[in-house]
Amino acid sequence: MSGRVLVGVKRVIDYAVKIRVKPDNTGVVTDGVKHSMNPFCEIAVEEAVKLKEKKLIKEVVAVSCGPQQSQETIRTALAMGADRGIHVDVSGKDYENLGPLQVSKILAALAKQEDAQLILLGKQAIDDDCNQTGQMTAALLDWPQGTFASEVSLEGDKINLVREIDGGLEHIKINTPAVITADLRLNTPRYATLPNIMDSLMNNETELHKPNHRTSLCVGLIPLFETVAPEDMQGGTDRSGAMLRHTVLQSGKPKRIILSCLCI
Amino acid sequence: SVSLCNTSQGCSAGFVSKVWKRDAHGYQQPLQCCDCFKDLRACFVLQAEVFPYPEIGNDELEEIKQLVAPVEKFFSDDVDSAKIDREATIPPETLQGLKDLGLFGIMIPEEYGGLGLSNTIYARLNEIIALDGSIAVTLAAHQAIGLKGILIAGNEAQKQKYLPKLASGEHIAAFCLTEPGSGSDAASIQTRATLSEDGKHYLINGSKIWISNGGMADIMTVFARTEVEVDGVKKDKISAFIVERAFGGITSGKPEDKLGIRGSNTCELSFDNVPVPVENVIGEIGGGFKIAMNILNSGRFSMGSSCAGMIKKLIELTSEYATTRKQFNKSLSEFGMIQEKFAMMALNAFVMESMAYLTSGMMDRPGIPDCSLEAAMVKVFSSEGGWICVSEALQVLGGLGYTKNYPFERFVRDCRILPIFEGTNEILRMYIALTGMQYAGKILTGKIKEMKKGNIGLAIGMVSKKLRASLGASVDLGLTGKDGVVHPSLEDSAKKLEQNVSLFGSTVESLLYRYGKTIVDEQLVLKRVADVLIHIYAMTAVLSRASRSISIGLRNHDHEVLLANTFCNDAFFKNNYWMVQLQKHSPENNDANIKKIAKQVLENRAYICSHPLERTY
Repeated sequence: MSGRVLVGVKRVIDYAVKIRVKPDNTGVVTDGVKHSMNPFCEIAVEEAVKLKEKKLIKEVVAVSCGPQQSQETIRTALAMGADRGIHVDVSGKDYENLGPLQVSKILAALAKQEDAQLILLGKQAIDDDCNQTGQMTAALLDWPQGTFASEVSLEGDKINLVREIDGGLEHIKINTPAVITADLRLNTPRYATLPNIMDSLMNNETELHKPNHRTSLCVGLIPLFETVAPEDMQGGTDRSGAMLRHTVLQSGKPKRIILSCLCI
Repeated sequence: SVSLCNTSQGCSAGFVSKVWKRDAHGYQQPLQCCDCFKDLRACFVLQAEVFPYPEIGNDELEEIKQLVAPVEKFFSDDVDSAKIDREATIPPETLQGLKDLGLFGIMIPEEYGGLGLSNTIYARLNEIIALDGSIAVTLAAHQAIGLKGILIAGNEAQKQKYLPKLASGEHIAAFCLTEPGSGSDAASIQTRATLSEDGKHYLINGSKIWISNGGMADIMTVFARTEVEVDGVKKDKISAFIVERAFGGITSGKPEDKLGIRGSNTCELSFDNVPVPVENVIGEIGGGFKIAMNILNSGRFSMGSSCAGMIKKLIELTSEYATTRKQFNKSLSEFGMIQEKFAMMALNAFVMESMAYLTSGMMDRPGIPDCSLEAAMVKVFSSEGGWICVSEALQVLGGLGYTKNYPFERFVRDCRILPIFEGTNEILRMYIALTGMQYAGKILTGKIKEMKKGNIGLAIGMVSKKLRASLGASVDLGLTGKDGVVHPSLEDSAKKLEQNVSLFGSTVESLLYRYGKTIVDEQLVLKRVADVLIHIYAMTAVLSRASRSISIGLRNHDHEVLLANTFCNDAFFKNNYWMVQLQKHSPENNDANIKKIAKQVLENRAYICSHPLERTY
């Protein structure tokens, strides 16, 4: 086993920014708007670095697909403790059309190329909320997947995972190599300290890749018709008699429960 | 070679002509460096240093962006300013977070464990740090003044010994100059350091007050009087010492209960026979005062960017409220008086930024430029502008702003200290005015002597120059026109600046002629001189920055042009009014009466008018 972990990091509009729709409704305003690493990707990087610190894996490689500015996101990952960065250069129209299917193809190809033991991703990106890349990558590679992970532990060549699902917590055990997507409570990401950032700026540890399969970027594109801001919230109305009235059952004679109009 | 001043008579201060060349962008670049703003003598503008606006390389800009991100995140997520203010202390976790981020050693060179960043990057980081006043003051007291002495005047051994732990934050530093009897008058401190009999230690005795970080500092820069022999005569001169709390004999008083910056620890320190090894003297024995002044001068400029950062944040918070709150069926933002406040905040932030980064850019130039005059001007403008802006921001929120539920009242309280510490604005105005006039004074003394000897030609020359200036003849200082360094859309403002500068020159000349050396006692005169100088520097900074923004096409540069022109217009008239007041027998000048009133009030230590309801019949 190579002991190498691939971590995907995505550059998204910062979570604190007020999103505005472009006047021509073709998307949201990104020009001049503050961007940062997707919060779930930060959690994934933190988990990878923790595994390296526990000496369970040997190398953390941060990958980002996007334009020139994605290098900033990779550098943040380097400052948090990643060893190497790979920037897959996608810009212009290709970048606008870049979605989970295309990215998962790129990640699958990179995983084979880098002989990765583990791929760590955030469960979803806060801009498109797709929640697909991890699952698609695993399918393309035919690897087991542990999504919505809130606890990860390596046991030999297997992984123990706790997943947060609707019904509660699910414990699973999967083989490696595998794809894991990080959920909120997996860990608390560390701050990239200023000395680490300066170190990461000195070392040029980021390789540039041009996606050589143009076909992978052109297939499965989802056409975007329109982007519209949600309507302003209106106040609620109280339909008369919509309240469920009931009297408390006392011990002894059951009282009649009166139900007036139930508004469903 | 082209002379700096294009007036046909040449520059009255005899300024040295400079050699220029044009760079790839068409900007005039000087081939020789001058000594910053001090060269603003009687009548010209400091083009060589301030045009074009200092620029940093792309790599450095990238670095700044990367460095700023985690600091911003830390301050928005992990700093609870309300709690710090309420409990009057910075929680240990927060302090540790700041140390981990590396913020305790921003300007300490990398070889000693610091970040080794430039003044410009320090100023940029201060924009964010200033969002919490207590943290800003704690960090500034530690690195801008506390350990600065070791940094700028310490020897290699001292740097090796102390800087690494100071950079990591393991040790915290403090600057100990002020005493109960010596605040602004720093040269009169009474703390003594006497050499021990074996000549290996100095024993320090005395007390210091208002020491930031005093309660938790491990390493202190202490200033004390020492006996030195100068040419066989025994004199008392101030020396600087590195004192460790571990030396023993140091007691800290209880933390002062302050109006603002309550999380910053400020207390009294008593020194009782504290033994300080002779190796811990910073610089030379007797050279302490100069070191103290250098330390204070070098830290001031960052107040410009701190205030700008704070005002920018306030604009965001306040505009949120002003655009949503409705009264009289209109949102507050539609009312003129509210709009004026926002314009004022934007203008102030713009000017402060421009001045701060111009100054830091000059300081970062190679060589060791002395930008103490510029830094003082930045400090005075920013502290007063900041105070007015926070007050107006609170005003927009009305009653809500007055409560503790919103941060505005905390900003107001935290800002009140700005005109007081790091040199009170009154002292700094004196410094600005006197330094600004100093060189002019030297040159003019020569000329005045000539005139008094009866050199008619010179007298006529001066009179005719004054006549032309008073008739509003335009003075061309090379800012505008075909070869001008200012962009055409700022031409009007540049012309106003030129007029102000030229009038200022002749005003200073006549003041020096009128008062001579006694001008040092004419504080009300010097105050106006300083205000004019500050506004001239501000106008220059703003024009330089806006010119660059237009030329390289920064986003929203047309807004910058608007801000620049508005500020210059306002400053132009203010300057003219002050200079009119400085003319001989000016009817606009109330100084004589003001002094009379003050004298009568102070003699009686009370308001002396009879009550309006009194009767005599």
